[in-house]
Amino acid sequence: MRVAVHSHAFEVESHYDLLVREYPGAAVVTFTGYVRDHCDRGDVVALELEHYPGMTESVLEQIGAQAEERFNLKAWRIVHRFGTLDVTDPIVWVGVVADHRGQAFDGCQFIMDVLKTDAPFWKREHLQNGGAEWVEARVDDSDRRQRWNINHQETV
Amino acid sequence: MLTIKFFSLIREALNVGELTLEWSDELATVAHIKHHLVERHGEPWREVLFQPNVVHAVNQTVVHDQTPLKRGDEIAFFPPMTGG
Repeated sequence: MRVAVHSHAFEVESHYDLLVREYPGAAVVTFTGYVRDHCDRGDVVALELEHYPGMTESVLEQIGAQAEERFNLKAWRIVHRFGTLDVTDPIVWVGVVADHRGQAFDGCQFIMDVLKTDAPFWKREHLQNGGAEWVEARVDDSDRRQRWNINHQETV
Repeated sequence: MLTIKFFSLIREALNVGELTLEWSDELATVAHIKHHLVERHGEPWREVLFQPNVVHAVNQTVVHDQTPLKRGDEIAFFPPMTGG
């Protein structure tokens, strides 16, 4: 199971162990994204994540497979939560194994950059003042994806 | 039969998560579906479905709105994604 999408909290360490056990490669790079405690509109008390069941898993599989081929990854895993998350909870974890650090850094970054714009998740921040706002997609995220020079249809 | 799904802001704006349409040759593309839904549900749906940043997926793959459809397809409308 290289892709895990679920509503319950997860331990980064257990996914790391599974990853390195799969292929004891020379270079391992991981990324963990956490729920932030503030946004432009104020203090955040919780994060709600909606997703498109089925499409989410298949898009993440395709992104990982594409990264594997492009950067010669020996192993990779993607974990992403949905539902209601507390501040400082991990939202997403990506881990990759390669024989060289350049491939590992690029592979992990590629997965995160494409995941941000192509995986069907939508965030809503619940604020200290009682409000709740959908998070808008950032131009910066589209720009980061563009750097990898892939067609929008290629991964999804 | 076609299954139409809506997510996030679009689901909330239309107040529906999923509906079905009888298959018809006139529902040839995603764009035809959008026009059909506006005809059936009124102008408020136009404001939502015709926003320039609306993303369309057919059978869980993102497509452009001229994508041809076939019987049994699942079509989804949603705003730009914000995961990670």
